[in-house]
Amino acid sequence: MTTLVIAEPSVEGVKVPTLTTLGAASKLGGDVHVLVLGYSDGGQGVGAVAEATAKVAGVAKVLTADAAELAHGLAENVAPLVVGLVKSGGYSHVLAPSTTFGKNVAPRVAALLDVAQISDITGVESPDTFTRPIYAGNAIATVQSSDPVKVATVRGTAFEAVAATGGSAAVEAAAGAADAGLSKFVSQEVSKSERPELTSARVIVSGGRGMQSGDNFPLLEALADKLGAAVGASRAAVDAGFVPNDYQVGQTGKIVAPELYIAVGISGAIQHLAGMKDSKVIVAINKDEEAPIFQIADYGLVADLFKAVPELTSELGKAG
Amino acid sequence: MKILVAVKRVVDYNVKVRVKADGTGVETANVKMSMNPFDEIAVEEAVRLKEAGKATEIVVVSVGPTQAQETLRTALAMGADRAILVQNDAETQSLGVAKALKALAEKEQPGLVILGKQAIDDDANQTGQMLAALLGWAQGTFASKVVPAEGTIAVTREIDGGLETVELKLPAVVTTDLRLNEPRYASLPNIMKAKKKPLETVDAASLGVDLTPRLKTLKVAEPPKRAGGVKVGSVQELVAKLKTEARVI
Repeated sequence: MTTLVIAEPSVEGVKVPTLTTLGAASKLGGDVHVLVLGYSDGGQGVGAVAEATAKVAGVAKVLTADAAELAHGLAENVAPLVVGLVKSGGYSHVLAPSTTFGKNVAPRVAALLDVAQISDITGVESPDTFTRPIYAGNAIATVQSSDPVKVATVRGTAFEAVAATGGSAAVEAAAGAADAGLSKFVSQEVSKSERPELTSARVIVSGGRGMQSGDNFPLLEALADKLGAAVGASRAAVDAGFVPNDYQVGQTGKIVAPELYIAVGISGAIQHLAGMKDSKVIVAINKDEEAPIFQIADYGLVADLFKAVPELTSELGKAG
Repeated sequence: MKILVAVKRVVDYNVKVRVKADGTGVETANVKMSMNPFDEIAVEEAVRLKEAGKATEIVVVSVGPTQAQETLRTALAMGADRAILVQNDAETQSLGVAKALKALAEKEQPGLVILGKQAIDDDANQTGQMLAALLGWAQGTFASKVVPAEGTIAVTREIDGGLETVELKLPAVVTTDLRLNEPRYASLPNIMKAKKKPLETVDAASLGVDLTPRLKTLKVAEPPKRAGGVKVGSVQELVAKLKTEARVI
Protein backbone atom coordinates (compact mmCIF):
# COMPACT_ATOMS: atom_id res chain seq x y z
CA MET A 1 0.00 0.00 0.00
CA THR A 2 1.52 3.28 -1.16
CA THR A 3 -0.05 6.73 -1.23
CA LEU A 4 0.70 9.38 -3.82
CA VAL A 5 0.21 12.92 -2.52
CA ILE A 6 -0.14 15.63 -5.14
CA ALA A 7 1.63 18.64 -3.65
CA GLU A 8 0.09 22.08 -3.78
CA PRO A 9 2.08 23.93 -6.48
CA SER A 10 4.62 26.25 -4.95
CA VAL A 11 7.36 28.57 -6.11
CA GLU A 12 9.20 28.37 -2.82
CA GLY A 13 9.15 25.81 -0.02
CA VAL A 14 6.45 23.32 0.93
CA LYS A 15 2.96 24.76 1.22
CA VAL A 16 0.90 24.21 4.37
CA PRO A 17 -1.90 22.38 2.46
CA THR A 18 0.74 19.85 1.32
CA LEU A 19 1.84 19.29 4.94
CA THR A 20 -1.72 18.77 6.20
CA THR A 21 -2.46 16.41 3.29
CA LEU A 22 0.64 14.49 4.35
CA GLY A 23 -0.87 14.45 7.84
CA ALA A 24 -3.87 12.60 6.42
CA ALA A 25 -1.60 10.30 4.37
CA SER A 26 0.32 9.32 7.51
CA LYS A 27 -2.92 7.98 9.01
CA LEU A 28 -3.35 5.53 6.11
CA GLY A 29 -0.17 3.63 6.92
CA GLY A 30 2.13 2.46 4.14
CA ASP A 31 4.68 4.45 2.15
CA VAL A 32 4.05 8.02 1.10
CA HIS A 33 5.32 9.50 -2.16
CA VAL A 34 4.84 13.14 -3.14
CA LEU A 35 4.46 14.52 -6.64
CA VAL A 36 5.92 18.03 -6.96
CA LEU A 37 4.86 19.55 -10.25
CA GLY A 38 5.17 22.87 -11.98
CA TYR A 39 7.43 24.75 -14.32
CA SER A 40 10.74 26.28 -13.28
CA ASP A 41 11.29 28.12 -16.55
CA GLY A 42 15.05 28.26 -16.04
CA GLY A 43 14.74 29.21 -12.35
CA GLN A 44 15.04 27.03 -9.25
CA GLY A 45 11.33 26.40 -8.80
CA VAL A 46 10.40 22.75 -8.92
CA GLY A 47 13.84 21.41 -8.05
CA ALA A 48 14.15 23.55 -4.92
CA VAL A 49 10.59 22.76 -3.82
CA ALA A 50 11.33 19.06 -4.36
CA GLU A 51 14.48 19.31 -2.21
CA ALA A 52 12.44 20.95 0.56
CA THR A 53 9.72 18.30 0.20
CA ALA A 54 12.31 15.53 0.50
CA LYS A 55 13.12 16.81 4.01
CA VAL A 56 9.51 16.53 5.19
CA ALA A 57 9.00 13.88 7.86
CA GLY A 58 7.54 10.59 6.64
CA VAL A 59 8.05 11.11 2.90
CA ALA A 60 9.69 8.08 1.24
CA LYS A 61 10.06 9.44 -2.28
CA VAL A 62 9.58 12.71 -4.14
CA LEU A 63 8.62 12.64 -7.81
CA THR A 64 9.18 15.79 -9.81
CA ALA A 65 7.54 16.92 -13.01
CA ASP A 66 8.92 20.14 -14.38
CA ALA A 67 7.47 21.17 -17.72
CA ALA A 68 5.98 24.22 -19.43
CA GLU A 69 2.62 22.50 -19.86
CA LEU A 70 2.38 21.99 -16.08
CA ALA A 71 2.68 25.71 -15.35
CA HIS A 72 -0.39 27.06 -13.51
CA GLY A 73 -1.57 23.52 -12.71
CA LEU A 74 -3.85 23.12 -15.75
CA ALA A 75 -6.00 20.09 -14.92
CA GLU A 76 -6.13 18.90 -18.53
CA ASN A 77 -2.34 18.38 -18.44
CA VAL A 78 -1.82 17.46 -14.78
CA ALA A 79 -4.47 14.72 -14.60
CA PRO A 80 -3.05 12.40 -17.32
CA LEU A 81 0.40 12.71 -15.70
CA VAL A 82 -1.00 11.62 -12.33
CA VAL A 83 -3.01 8.81 -13.91
CA GLY A 84 0.15 7.55 -15.65
CA LEU A 85 2.04 7.55 -12.35
CA VAL A 86 -0.79 5.74 -10.54
CA LYS A 87 -0.88 3.04 -13.20
CA SER A 88 2.89 2.54 -13.40
CA GLY A 89 3.50 3.00 -9.66
CA GLY A 90 0.64 0.83 -8.43
CA TYR A 91 -0.55 3.41 -5.92
CA SER A 92 -3.43 2.46 -3.64
CA HIS A 93 -4.32 6.04 -2.69
CA VAL A 94 -4.07 9.46 -4.29
CA LEU A 95 -4.52 12.45 -1.99
CA ALA A 96 -4.66 16.12 -2.90
CA PRO A 97 -5.32 19.16 -0.72
CA SER A 98 -8.84 20.67 -0.81
CA THR A 99 -7.52 23.83 -2.41
CA THR A 100 -8.86 25.22 -5.67
CA PHE A 101 -5.93 23.40 -7.33
CA GLY A 102 -6.74 20.05 -5.70
CA LYS A 103 -10.47 20.37 -6.22
CA ASN A 104 -9.92 21.13 -9.89
CA VAL A 105 -7.49 18.27 -10.59
CA ALA A 106 -8.46 15.34 -8.33
CA PRO A 107 -11.93 14.59 -9.75
CA ARG A 108 -10.42 14.59 -13.25
CA VAL A 109 -7.87 12.03 -12.05
CA ALA A 110 -10.58 9.92 -10.40
CA ALA A 111 -12.80 9.87 -13.49
CA LEU A 112 -9.88 8.87 -15.74
CA LEU A 113 -9.20 5.99 -13.31
CA ASP A 114 -12.94 5.16 -13.26
CA VAL A 115 -13.09 5.49 -9.50
CA ALA A 116 -15.12 7.67 -7.14
CA GLN A 117 -13.54 10.61 -5.38
CA ILE A 118 -14.01 11.19 -1.68
CA SER A 119 -14.15 14.97 -1.28
CA ASP A 120 -12.83 16.99 1.60
CA ILE A 121 -12.07 14.18 4.05
CA THR A 122 -11.88 15.17 7.71
CA GLY A 123 -10.96 11.80 9.15
CA VAL A 124 -9.36 8.48 8.22
CA GLU A 125 -11.15 5.55 9.88
CA SER A 126 -9.28 2.89 7.93
CA PRO A 127 -7.54 2.74 4.54
CA ASP A 128 -10.93 2.47 2.78
CA THR A 129 -13.19 4.40 5.16
CA PHE A 130 -13.26 8.15 5.67
CA THR A 131 -15.37 10.83 7.30
CA ARG A 132 -16.42 13.92 5.43
CA PRO A 133 -18.80 16.81 6.03
CA ILE A 134 -22.01 17.10 3.99
CA TYR A 135 -24.75 19.74 3.99
CA ALA A 136 -22.36 22.56 4.85
CA GLY A 137 -20.97 20.58 7.76
CA ASN A 138 -24.39 20.07 9.35
CA ALA A 139 -23.85 16.31 9.05
CA ILE A 140 -20.78 14.13 8.99
CA ALA A 141 -20.87 11.10 6.70
CA THR A 142 -18.70 8.02 7.10
CA VAL A 143 -18.11 6.55 3.64
CA GLN A 144 -16.41 3.42 2.45
CA SER A 145 -14.83 3.01 -0.96
CA SER A 146 -14.59 -0.33 -2.73
CA ASP A 147 -12.61 1.11 -5.65
CA PRO A 148 -9.12 -0.28 -6.31
CA VAL A 149 -7.61 3.21 -6.00
CA LYS A 150 -8.91 5.67 -3.43
CA VAL A 151 -8.77 9.26 -4.64
CA ALA A 152 -9.53 11.88 -2.00
CA THR A 153 -9.15 15.58 -1.30
CA VAL A 154 -8.14 16.53 2.22
CA ARG A 155 -9.59 19.29 4.38
CA GLY A 156 -6.51 21.00 5.77
CA THR A 157 -8.05 22.17 9.03
CA ALA A 158 -8.91 18.59 10.02
CA PHE A 159 -5.38 17.20 10.06
CA GLU A 160 -2.15 18.16 11.79
CA ALA A 161 0.57 19.32 9.45
CA VAL A 162 3.53 16.92 9.47
CA ALA A 163 6.94 18.29 10.44
CA ALA A 164 8.70 20.03 7.55
CA THR A 165 12.01 18.54 8.64
CA GLY A 166 13.41 15.18 9.66
CA GLY A 167 12.98 13.30 6.37
CA SER A 168 15.49 12.38 3.71
CA ALA A 169 13.55 11.11 0.72
CA ALA A 170 14.97 10.25 -2.67
CA VAL A 171 14.08 12.66 -5.47
CA GLU A 172 13.26 11.22 -8.87
CA ALA A 173 12.11 12.85 -12.08
CA ALA A 174 8.76 11.57 -13.34
CA ALA A 175 8.19 11.37 -17.06
CA GLY A 176 4.92 11.67 -18.86
CA ALA A 177 3.97 15.35 -18.91
CA ALA A 178 2.38 16.40 -22.18
CA ASP A 179 0.22 19.22 -23.46
CA ALA A 180 -3.33 17.94 -24.00
CA GLY A 181 -3.87 20.95 -26.25
CA LEU A 182 -7.19 21.76 -24.59
CA SER A 183 -6.45 24.75 -22.41
CA LYS A 184 -3.99 27.53 -21.86
CA PHE A 185 -3.27 30.02 -19.14
CA VAL A 186 -4.01 33.63 -20.05
CA SER A 187 -3.60 35.79 -16.94
CA GLN A 188 -4.10 36.03 -13.22
CA GLU A 189 -4.98 38.70 -10.71
CA VAL A 190 -3.59 37.59 -7.40
CA SER A 191 -4.32 39.62 -4.29
CA LYS A 192 -1.07 40.91 -2.82
CA SER A 193 -0.95 41.11 0.93
CA GLU A 194 1.69 41.28 3.64
CA ARG A 195 -0.72 39.58 6.01
CA PRO A 196 -0.75 35.82 6.65
CA GLU A 197 -2.73 33.53 4.34
CA LEU A 198 -6.30 32.92 5.47
CA THR A 199 -6.02 29.15 5.57
CA SER A 200 -2.91 29.14 7.76
CA ALA A 201 -3.39 32.27 9.89
CA ARG A 202 -3.43 31.97 13.70
CA VAL A 203 -5.92 34.82 13.96
CA ILE A 204 -8.55 35.95 11.44
CA VAL A 205 -10.61 39.12 11.44
CA SER A 206 -13.62 38.78 9.13
CA GLY A 207 -16.15 41.33 7.95
CA GLY A 208 -19.70 40.90 6.70
CA ARG A 209 -22.53 42.90 5.26
CA GLY A 210 -22.49 45.07 8.40
CA MET A 211 -19.27 46.67 7.14
CA GLN A 212 -21.54 48.55 4.69
CA SER A 213 -18.76 49.29 2.20
CA GLY A 214 -15.31 48.16 1.10
CA ASP A 215 -14.11 51.61 2.23
CA ASN A 216 -14.66 50.48 5.82
CA PHE A 217 -12.44 47.38 5.60
CA PRO A 218 -9.33 49.39 6.62
CA LEU A 219 -10.93 49.37 10.11
CA LEU A 220 -10.56 45.59 10.12
CA GLU A 221 -7.12 45.75 8.54
CA ALA A 222 -5.88 47.97 11.35
CA LEU A 223 -7.19 45.48 13.89
CA ALA A 224 -5.73 42.57 11.92
CA ASP A 225 -2.30 44.21 11.80
CA LYS A 226 -2.38 44.67 15.57
CA LEU A 227 -3.04 40.93 15.96
CA GLY A 228 -0.87 39.66 13.11
CA ALA A 229 -4.11 38.37 11.61
CA ALA A 230 -5.45 37.61 8.16
CA VAL A 231 -8.57 39.40 6.90
CA GLY A 232 -11.56 37.39 5.68
CA ALA A 233 -15.14 38.07 4.72
CA SER A 234 -18.57 36.54 4.47
CA ARG A 235 -20.17 35.79 1.13
CA ALA A 236 -22.45 38.82 1.57
CA ALA A 237 -19.43 41.12 1.76
CA VAL A 238 -17.82 39.54 -1.30
CA ASP A 239 -21.03 39.55 -3.34
CA ALA A 240 -21.52 43.23 -2.48
CA GLY A 241 -18.06 43.90 -3.91
CA PHE A 242 -16.52 45.08 -0.60
CA VAL A 243 -13.54 42.70 -1.02
CA PRO A 244 -12.26 40.19 -3.63
CA ASN A 245 -13.47 36.58 -3.83
CA ASP A 246 -10.34 35.13 -2.23
CA TYR A 247 -11.44 36.65 1.11
CA GLN A 248 -14.52 34.44 1.32
CA VAL A 249 -14.83 32.09 4.26
CA GLY A 250 -17.65 29.54 4.09
CA GLN A 251 -19.17 26.37 2.67
CA THR A 252 -18.02 27.15 -0.84
CA GLY A 253 -15.16 29.47 -0.01
CA LYS A 254 -12.23 28.84 2.29
CA ILE A 255 -12.47 26.58 5.32
CA VAL A 256 -10.52 27.98 8.25
CA ALA A 257 -9.86 26.97 11.85
CA PRO A 258 -7.65 29.61 13.48
CA GLU A 259 -6.96 29.98 17.20
CA LEU A 260 -9.06 33.15 17.18
CA TYR A 261 -11.76 34.17 14.71
CA ILE A 262 -13.25 37.63 15.09
CA ALA A 263 -16.51 37.99 13.13
CA VAL A 264 -17.44 41.62 12.61
CA GLY A 265 -20.83 42.59 11.23
CA ILE A 266 -21.47 38.99 10.20
CA SER A 267 -24.93 37.64 10.93
CA GLY A 268 -23.87 33.99 10.82
CA ALA A 269 -25.65 32.20 7.96
CA ILE A 270 -25.06 28.43 8.10
CA GLN A 271 -23.03 28.70 4.90
CA HIS A 272 -20.59 31.03 6.67
CA LEU A 273 -20.51 29.00 9.89
CA ALA A 274 -19.58 25.96 7.77
CA GLY A 275 -16.28 27.66 6.99
CA MET A 276 -15.22 28.76 10.47
CA LYS A 277 -17.02 26.88 13.22
CA ASP A 278 -13.98 24.74 13.98
CA SER A 279 -12.05 27.83 15.09
CA LYS A 280 -10.76 27.48 18.65
CA VAL A 281 -12.16 30.76 19.96
CA ILE A 282 -14.85 32.77 18.17
CA VAL A 283 -15.61 36.41 18.90
CA ALA A 284 -18.64 38.10 17.36
CA ILE A 285 -19.23 41.82 17.18
CA ASN A 286 -22.66 42.71 15.87
CA LYS A 287 -25.25 45.33 16.75
CA ASP A 288 -28.11 42.85 16.25
CA GLU A 289 -28.27 40.83 19.45
CA GLU A 290 -30.49 38.24 17.71
CA ALA A 291 -27.82 37.46 15.07
CA PRO A 292 -27.24 33.68 14.84
CA ILE A 293 -23.48 34.19 15.06
CA PHE A 294 -23.93 34.76 18.82
CA GLN A 295 -25.17 31.18 19.23
CA ILE A 296 -21.74 29.80 18.39
CA ALA A 297 -19.50 32.65 19.55
CA ASP A 298 -17.47 32.16 22.72
CA TYR A 299 -17.54 35.88 23.32
CA GLY A 300 -20.25 38.09 21.90
CA LEU A 301 -20.25 41.86 21.96
CA VAL A 302 -23.48 43.59 21.01
CA ALA A 303 -22.20 46.90 19.75
CA ASP A 304 -21.89 49.23 16.80
CA LEU A 305 -18.84 47.87 14.99
CA PHE A 306 -17.81 51.33 13.84
CA LYS A 307 -17.21 52.24 17.48
CA ALA A 308 -16.19 48.85 18.86
CA VAL A 309 -13.55 47.91 16.28
CA PRO A 310 -11.42 51.08 16.58
CA GLU A 311 -11.78 50.82 20.36
CA LEU A 312 -10.60 47.20 20.25
CA THR A 313 -7.65 48.15 18.07
CA SER A 314 -6.61 50.88 20.45
CA GLU A 315 -7.17 48.72 23.54
CA LEU A 316 -4.87 46.05 22.08
CA GLY A 317 -2.27 48.71 21.49
CA LYS A 318 -2.08 49.45 25.21
CA ALA A 319 0.70 47.82 27.15
CA GLY A 320 -0.02 44.79 29.31
CA MET B 1 -23.96 26.67 -30.32
CA LYS B 2 -26.09 24.37 -28.24
CA ILE B 3 -25.61 24.52 -24.46
CA LEU B 4 -26.27 21.62 -22.13
CA VAL B 5 -26.96 22.59 -18.51
CA ALA B 6 -27.12 20.09 -15.66
CA VAL B 7 -29.25 20.76 -12.59
CA LYS B 8 -29.80 18.92 -9.32
CA ARG B 9 -32.76 18.91 -6.98
CA VAL B 10 -31.50 19.45 -3.44
CA VAL B 11 -32.75 20.41 0.01
CA ASP B 12 -33.38 24.15 -0.12
CA TYR B 13 -30.43 26.20 1.12
CA ASN B 14 -32.52 27.84 3.84
CA VAL B 15 -33.48 24.53 5.46
CA LYS B 16 -31.61 23.53 8.58
CA VAL B 17 -31.09 19.84 7.89
CA ARG B 18 -31.67 17.21 10.56
CA VAL B 19 -29.74 13.99 10.79
CA LYS B 20 -32.05 10.96 10.95
CA ALA B 21 -32.13 9.23 14.32
CA ASP B 22 -31.02 5.91 12.79
CA GLY B 23 -27.91 7.53 11.28
CA THR B 24 -28.72 6.55 7.69
CA GLY B 25 -28.84 10.06 6.29
CA VAL B 26 -30.56 13.41 6.69
CA GLU B 27 -34.30 13.95 6.83
CA THR B 28 -35.63 14.79 3.37
CA ALA B 29 -39.31 13.91 3.85
CA ASN B 30 -41.54 17.01 4.00
CA VAL B 31 -38.54 19.26 3.51
CA LYS B 32 -38.53 22.08 0.96
CA MET B 33 -36.54 21.10 -2.13
CA SER B 34 -35.14 23.51 -4.71
CA MET B 35 -32.71 23.73 -7.57
CA ASN B 36 -29.11 23.67 -6.36
CA PRO B 37 -28.13 27.39 -6.18
CA PHE B 38 -24.97 26.92 -8.27
CA ASP B 39 -27.09 25.22 -10.96
CA GLU B 40 -29.45 28.21 -11.03
CA ILE B 41 -26.38 30.28 -11.87
CA ALA B 42 -25.55 27.76 -14.62
CA VAL B 43 -29.04 28.05 -16.14
CA GLU B 44 -28.90 31.84 -15.90
CA GLU B 45 -25.54 31.97 -17.68
CA ALA B 46 -26.82 29.79 -20.50
CA VAL B 47 -29.91 31.98 -20.88
CA ARG B 48 -27.76 35.12 -20.96
CA LEU B 49 -25.51 33.59 -23.63
CA LYS B 50 -28.61 32.80 -25.69
CA GLU B 51 -29.99 36.30 -25.20
CA ALA B 52 -26.62 37.67 -26.37
CA GLY B 53 -26.88 35.60 -29.54
CA LYS B 54 -24.00 33.30 -28.51
CA ALA B 55 -26.17 30.21 -28.06
CA THR B 56 -28.96 28.75 -30.15
CA GLU B 57 -30.57 26.18 -27.87
CA ILE B 58 -30.45 25.33 -24.17
CA VAL B 59 -31.06 21.75 -23.10
CA VAL B 60 -31.38 21.24 -19.36
CA VAL B 61 -30.71 17.84 -17.81
CA SER B 62 -31.19 16.31 -14.39
CA VAL B 63 -30.39 12.89 -13.02
CA GLY B 64 -32.77 12.09 -10.20
CA PRO B 65 -36.27 11.07 -9.11
CA THR B 66 -39.60 11.94 -10.79
CA GLN B 67 -39.85 15.07 -8.62
CA ALA B 68 -36.75 16.46 -10.35
CA GLN B 69 -39.18 17.30 -13.16
CA GLU B 70 -40.17 20.32 -11.04
CA THR B 71 -36.55 21.44 -10.99
CA LEU B 72 -36.36 21.04 -14.76
CA ARG B 73 -39.59 23.06 -15.16
CA THR B 74 -37.99 25.83 -13.12
CA ALA B 75 -35.05 25.84 -15.54
CA LEU B 76 -37.46 25.90 -18.48
CA ALA B 77 -39.27 28.85 -16.89
CA MET B 78 -35.94 30.66 -16.57
CA GLY B 79 -35.42 30.27 -20.32
CA ALA B 80 -34.13 26.79 -21.18
CA ASP B 81 -35.72 25.33 -24.32
CA ARG B 82 -36.19 21.67 -23.46
CA ALA B 83 -35.45 19.23 -20.70
CA ILE B 84 -34.27 15.67 -20.21
CA LEU B 85 -34.73 13.74 -16.97
CA VAL B 86 -32.55 10.69 -16.43
CA GLN B 87 -34.89 9.05 -13.99
CA ASN B 88 -33.20 7.40 -11.05
CA ASP B 89 -34.84 7.01 -7.66
CA ALA B 90 -31.80 5.63 -5.88
CA GLU B 91 -28.85 7.63 -4.57
CA THR B 92 -26.75 9.32 -7.25
CA GLN B 93 -23.02 9.94 -6.98
CA SER B 94 -20.84 12.21 -9.08
CA LEU B 95 -19.13 9.57 -11.24
CA GLY B 96 -22.44 7.97 -12.26
CA VAL B 97 -24.00 11.36 -13.01
CA ALA B 98 -20.93 12.35 -15.05
CA LYS B 99 -21.32 9.15 -17.09
CA ALA B 100 -25.01 9.86 -17.74
CA LEU B 101 -24.16 13.43 -18.78
CA LYS B 102 -21.40 12.13 -21.04
CA ALA B 103 -23.89 9.85 -22.82
CA LEU B 104 -26.28 12.77 -23.29
CA ALA B 105 -23.48 15.08 -24.45
CA GLU B 106 -22.50 12.54 -27.09
CA LYS B 107 -26.09 12.40 -28.29
CA GLU B 108 -26.83 16.13 -28.13
CA GLN B 109 -23.40 17.38 -29.28
CA PRO B 110 -23.42 20.65 -27.31
CA GLY B 111 -20.67 23.24 -27.80
CA LEU B 112 -20.64 23.94 -24.07
CA VAL B 113 -21.81 22.21 -20.90
CA ILE B 114 -22.46 24.37 -17.82
CA LEU B 115 -22.92 22.94 -14.31
CA GLY B 116 -22.85 24.27 -10.78
CA LYS B 117 -19.43 23.83 -9.16
CA GLN B 118 -20.93 21.83 -6.32
CA ALA B 119 -24.27 20.67 -4.99
CA ILE B 120 -25.06 21.97 -1.53
CA ASP B 121 -26.23 18.57 -0.29
CA ASP B 122 -23.20 16.29 -0.70
CA ASP B 123 -20.76 19.21 -1.26
CA ALA B 124 -18.74 16.95 -3.58
CA ASN B 125 -17.56 19.44 -6.22
CA GLN B 126 -16.71 16.73 -8.76
CA THR B 127 -19.28 16.23 -11.52
CA GLY B 128 -18.08 18.90 -13.95
CA GLN B 129 -14.44 17.87 -13.68
CA MET B 130 -15.38 14.20 -14.10
CA LEU B 131 -17.56 14.93 -17.12
CA ALA B 132 -14.74 16.91 -18.76
CA ALA B 133 -12.35 14.02 -18.08
CA LEU B 134 -14.69 11.40 -19.55
CA LEU B 135 -15.34 13.50 -22.67
CA GLY B 136 -11.68 14.46 -23.03
CA TRP B 137 -12.70 18.13 -22.99
CA ALA B 138 -11.25 21.19 -21.28
CA GLN B 139 -12.70 22.31 -17.96
CA GLY B 140 -13.21 25.82 -16.62
CA THR B 141 -14.12 25.32 -12.99
CA PHE B 142 -15.31 27.89 -10.42
CA ALA B 143 -16.10 30.41 -13.17
CA SER B 144 -16.83 34.05 -12.37
CA LYS B 145 -16.83 35.19 -16.02
CA VAL B 146 -17.17 33.39 -19.36
CA VAL B 147 -16.54 34.96 -22.75
CA PRO B 148 -17.09 32.68 -25.75
CA ALA B 149 -15.14 33.36 -28.95
CA GLU B 150 -14.69 31.45 -32.22
CA GLY B 151 -13.81 27.88 -31.22
CA THR B 152 -12.64 28.90 -27.76
CA ILE B 153 -13.99 30.30 -24.51
CA ALA B 154 -12.21 32.51 -21.99
CA VAL B 155 -13.07 31.52 -18.43
CA THR B 156 -12.13 33.60 -15.40
CA ARG B 157 -11.85 31.30 -12.38
CA GLU B 158 -12.07 32.03 -8.66
CA ILE B 159 -8.91 30.52 -7.20
CA ASP B 160 -7.45 30.59 -3.68
CA GLY B 161 -5.16 33.51 -4.44
CA GLY B 162 -7.61 35.58 -6.47
CA LEU B 163 -8.65 35.21 -10.10
CA GLU B 164 -7.19 33.30 -13.04
CA THR B 165 -8.22 33.44 -16.67
CA VAL B 166 -7.77 30.43 -18.96
CA GLU B 167 -8.62 29.93 -22.60
CA LEU B 168 -10.34 26.63 -23.36
CA LYS B 169 -10.88 24.87 -26.64
CA LEU B 170 -14.56 24.25 -27.37
CA PRO B 171 -16.47 22.09 -26.71
CA ALA B 172 -15.74 22.52 -23.02
CA VAL B 173 -17.21 22.12 -19.55
CA VAL B 174 -17.70 25.14 -17.29
CA THR B 175 -18.68 25.02 -13.60
CA THR B 176 -20.13 28.10 -11.97
CA ASP B 177 -19.05 30.03 -8.92
CA LEU B 178 -21.15 32.53 -6.99
CA ARG B 179 -20.07 35.70 -8.73
CA LEU B 180 -20.83 34.59 -12.30
CA ASN B 181 -24.27 36.18 -12.30
CA GLU B 182 -27.39 36.72 -10.25
CA PRO B 183 -30.09 34.32 -11.40
CA ARG B 184 -33.46 35.76 -12.40
CA TYR B 185 -36.81 34.81 -10.92
CA ALA B 186 -39.08 33.14 -13.42
CA SER B 187 -42.08 35.32 -14.25
CA LEU B 188 -45.60 33.88 -14.04
CA PRO B 189 -46.14 33.95 -17.84
CA ASN B 190 -42.82 32.12 -18.27
CA ILE B 191 -43.79 29.55 -15.63
CA MET B 192 -47.00 28.94 -17.62
CA LYS B 193 -45.06 28.70 -20.89
CA ALA B 194 -42.58 26.28 -19.32
CA LYS B 195 -45.36 23.78 -18.75
CA LYS B 196 -45.69 23.40 -22.51
CA LYS B 197 -41.99 23.01 -23.24
CA PRO B 198 -40.78 19.46 -24.05
CA LEU B 199 -39.58 17.32 -21.14
CA GLU B 200 -38.29 13.88 -22.06
CA THR B 201 -37.71 11.12 -19.53
CA VAL B 202 -35.08 8.43 -20.11
CA ASP B 203 -33.53 5.84 -17.84
CA ALA B 204 -29.88 5.20 -17.24
CA ALA B 205 -30.00 1.74 -18.81
CA SER B 206 -31.17 3.20 -22.14
CA LEU B 207 -28.06 5.41 -22.05
CA GLY B 208 -25.91 2.39 -21.27
CA VAL B 209 -24.84 3.89 -17.97
CA ASP B 210 -24.47 2.27 -14.55
CA LEU B 211 -25.48 4.68 -11.79
CA THR B 212 -24.71 2.29 -8.92
CA PRO B 213 -22.96 4.27 -6.16
CA ARG B 214 -19.28 3.43 -5.66
CA LEU B 215 -19.13 4.83 -2.16
CA LYS B 216 -21.11 3.20 0.59
CA THR B 217 -22.38 5.52 3.32
CA LEU B 218 -21.90 3.63 6.57
CA LYS B 219 -23.20 6.32 8.87
CA VAL B 220 -24.37 9.93 8.99
CA ALA B 221 -23.97 11.72 12.29
CA GLU B 222 -24.46 15.14 13.82
CA PRO B 223 -21.27 17.18 13.98
CA PRO B 224 -19.96 18.00 17.46
CA LYS B 225 -22.04 20.82 18.87
CA ARG B 226 -20.40 24.08 19.66
CA ALA B 227 -21.64 25.41 22.96
CA GLY B 228 -22.60 29.05 22.88
CA GLY B 229 -20.49 31.33 25.04
CA VAL B 230 -21.08 34.52 26.90
CA LYS B 231 -21.94 38.08 26.03
CA VAL B 232 -19.46 40.66 27.16
CA GLY B 233 -20.47 44.18 28.08
CA SER B 234 -17.55 46.16 26.73
CA VAL B 235 -14.45 46.11 24.59
CA GLN B 236 -12.31 46.18 27.74
CA GLU B 237 -14.07 43.11 29.11
CA LEU B 238 -13.60 41.33 25.76
CA VAL B 239 -9.86 42.06 25.71
CA ALA B 240 -9.52 40.92 29.34
CA LYS B 241 -11.30 37.62 28.61
CA LEU B 242 -9.25 36.97 25.49
CA LYS B 243 -6.07 37.56 27.46
CA THR B 244 -6.76 35.80 30.74
CA GLU B 245 -9.52 33.27 30.04
CA ALA B 246 -9.09 32.19 26.42
CA ARG B 247 -5.38 33.11 26.35
CA VAL B 248 -5.39 33.63 22.60
CA ILE B 249 -3.88 37.11 22.51
